[in-house]
Amino acid sequence: MKELLILAVVTVFTLVTYYLVEPFAHHAMHKHVESEGFAYADLPEITKTGDVARGQELVMGAGACIGCHSIEVAGMPAGMSPTDAAAAYGVNPPDLSNMGAVLEPKFLAALIKNPAHALDVTHKFDEAKGQMHPMVPFYGAGGDMDQEVADMVAYLQSIAVKAEDLTPAIAFENACGRCHAVSYEKWTQIGETPTFKYKKDALAQEIKLLEYQDSLVAYMGKLPPDLSMYIRSRGEHYISTFIENPQAYLAGTAMPRVGVSKHAAEQVIEYLEDAGDTKRHEREEIGQNVMIYMIFFVLFAFLWKKQVWRDLH
Amino acid sequence: MAHFTKATSVKDWLNQRLAIEKVEKVLASEYWIPKNINFLWAMGMVLMITFMLLIVSGIFLLMYYQPNVDTAFYSVNYTIMREVDFGWLWRHVHGVAASVVFLIIYIHMFTGIYYGSYKKGREMIWISGMLLFVAFSAEAFSGYMLPWGQMSYWAGMVITNLFAGGSLHADGLVEWIRGDYVPAQAFLSRFFMLHVLLIPLAILGLIGLHFGALRIPHVNNQDGEEIDFDVEAKKYLDGDKAGSKVIRFANDFMAKDMLVVAVYLVFFFYLVFYHYGFAMDPVNFDPADGLKTPAHIYPEWYFLWSYEILRPFSTDIGLMAFAFAQVIFVALPFLDRSPNTVPASRRGLFRFWFWAMLIDMIVLTSMGKLPPEGAFSTIGFVAALTFIGLWILLPIITTFEKKA
Repeated sequence: MKELLILAVVTVFTLVTYYLVEPFAHHAMHKHVESEGFAYADLPEITKTGDVARGQELVMGAGACIGCHSIEVAGMPAGMSPTDAAAAYGVNPPDLSNMGAVLEPKFLAALIKNPAHALDVTHKFDEAKGQMHPMVPFYGAGGDMDQEVADMVAYLQSIAVKAEDLTPAIAFENACGRCHAVSYEKWTQIGETPTFKYKKDALAQEIKLLEYQDSLVAYMGKLPPDLSMYIRSRGEHYISTFIENPQAYLAGTAMPRVGVSKHAAEQVIEYLEDAGDTKRHEREEIGQNVMIYMIFFVLFAFLWKKQVWRDLH
Repeated sequence: MAHFTKATSVKDWLNQRLAIEKVEKVLASEYWIPKNINFLWAMGMVLMITFMLLIVSGIFLLMYYQPNVDTAFYSVNYTIMREVDFGWLWRHVHGVAASVVFLIIYIHMFTGIYYGSYKKGREMIWISGMLLFVAFSAEAFSGYMLPWGQMSYWAGMVITNLFAGGSLHADGLVEWIRGDYVPAQAFLSRFFMLHVLLIPLAILGLIGLHFGALRIPHVNNQDGEEIDFDVEAKKYLDGDKAGSKVIRFANDFMAKDMLVVAVYLVFFFYLVFYHYGFAMDPVNFDPADGLKTPAHIYPEWYFLWSYEILRPFSTDIGLMAFAFAQVIFVALPFLDRSPNTVPASRRGLFRFWFWAMLIDMIVLTSMGKLPPEGAFSTIGFVAALTFIGLWILLPIITTFEKKA
């Protein structure tokens, strides 16, 4: 039938144009990075079996992790406010309660031994030039260092939430939230902003945040962006592969490789979807109903046309 | 004053005052349309429905949108997308309809070109249609400014810069258009006004003109046949519906229109719910930042062909080529010198001209988005020259066209 031929011509030209303008053009404009499944292939595997009790001694030991890090679940609150900590270190050192659940174990081990290397910021922190990373490497407690590190990792895993309890918010706050704000989720670099009764308290909180951000700007070179709409502006694939290896997209960027596990990365993505694509479930549900309705609409329109045109042929 | 009698019914009451029966006849039941048409003749109705979707969704968006440089982005991406019930739905409908309306406009235009629907008394239909195209372009551009994202800001910067006229350095004109040295509050406020008031008014007026322009020459048909509408209408009214070459606008033509509209809406809502990315550029989900130029600045897909005619040349020549591309379609009825009102397939060299123009514009469209480097740049340059060349050729090849 002639009309179908015309429809085919229109469809082919439309699809060719679409292909050239969308998939083809974006392919030509943007670098494509494949995910390695958060394997961190350049880092060595943990070969030893960790001992939790021994790990606890090492983590809690004098001059070890708790010199700078808090561990809320183990009853070790932060000694300094986030703002003061950022002034001292550049960025607030993370609370270690859930790091065992958020970070890939082998990454955590590599991080303890050599932070600048694991975080992939050796271009910024070069020991030879006297540029020390603010996190001091673990130099060993006198025994087999690999064993000691495995023990520490085992301890941190033992206190962290179980994988199934790792919520999008916990994953995001631990992995990204000390540098990135997500204003649409009311998240700032120093946590969620409480509601204050008096304006002076609200202003005092804002000043704390501004001071924190000043330290962060000095440390990172610029204020890391608010991620509220990143799921729409960058898309899931970009964010996921960027988290896995920032240098692959932006060589020389100050953003460290965070070292999240695959599961934690998925939780981070879900957090960003909640922030920037909040109504996605509603959209799918309504979309389905609208499509069903429209198909009935086509049927009725077809029957009406048949009826009206019966006498016209 | 007319003589009024006591009304026998509500209809009679209205009839005495508004002549609704007569109006109904003129506009619908005795507005005659040729029978020899295909679904491409329904694009007018599809456009009308899409325009209504734009107006309705636009009204809902207008209730929450804030035309302020500090709050515009937030009001769109937070308030409308998250807080307002179904705000996301109205925004997606509005964004997708704004893009799809151009696809339908282009199909409508090329249908007109293919069947010669701009000739022999139908010149004003074509011209008013092209004015509508200009108005829709301005509407699309001004609307694109409103979310105040990165692409809004930088597209606003680039497009308003064109008014400096290259070597003319009419910077004063650019500042007058922007109301500032750079796109800022004055710029956003005035484009908001243009988008929600002045241009929609112009569009409504032009739609009236476009419809009015149809009445005397009537709608064209698949063979460009000249129909005596009075004779054929009489045949229809006398009962020979099958033998008549015309049909009523309503319900005959309308029934076919609505079938096409229904199929179109399946496609449209599929895009709204499942495939909206093409109409809502990712870059525009970053808030406007005057200190951070995006790596690639490109217009929406429907402006790409004319953008690519601007790009491959030096500034001044590019601007002239661009200006040429903007206005040349209006002159089509006068550049086509052949009196033949038949489909392009029966028109000698014009047949090739039509497909060459269509393909050239698709090539320009795709090159317009790609970075202007290497082979893309060369292809774009050749396609731009081809575009201009085709228009120069048109009067020549149509002058020598044999009478069909």
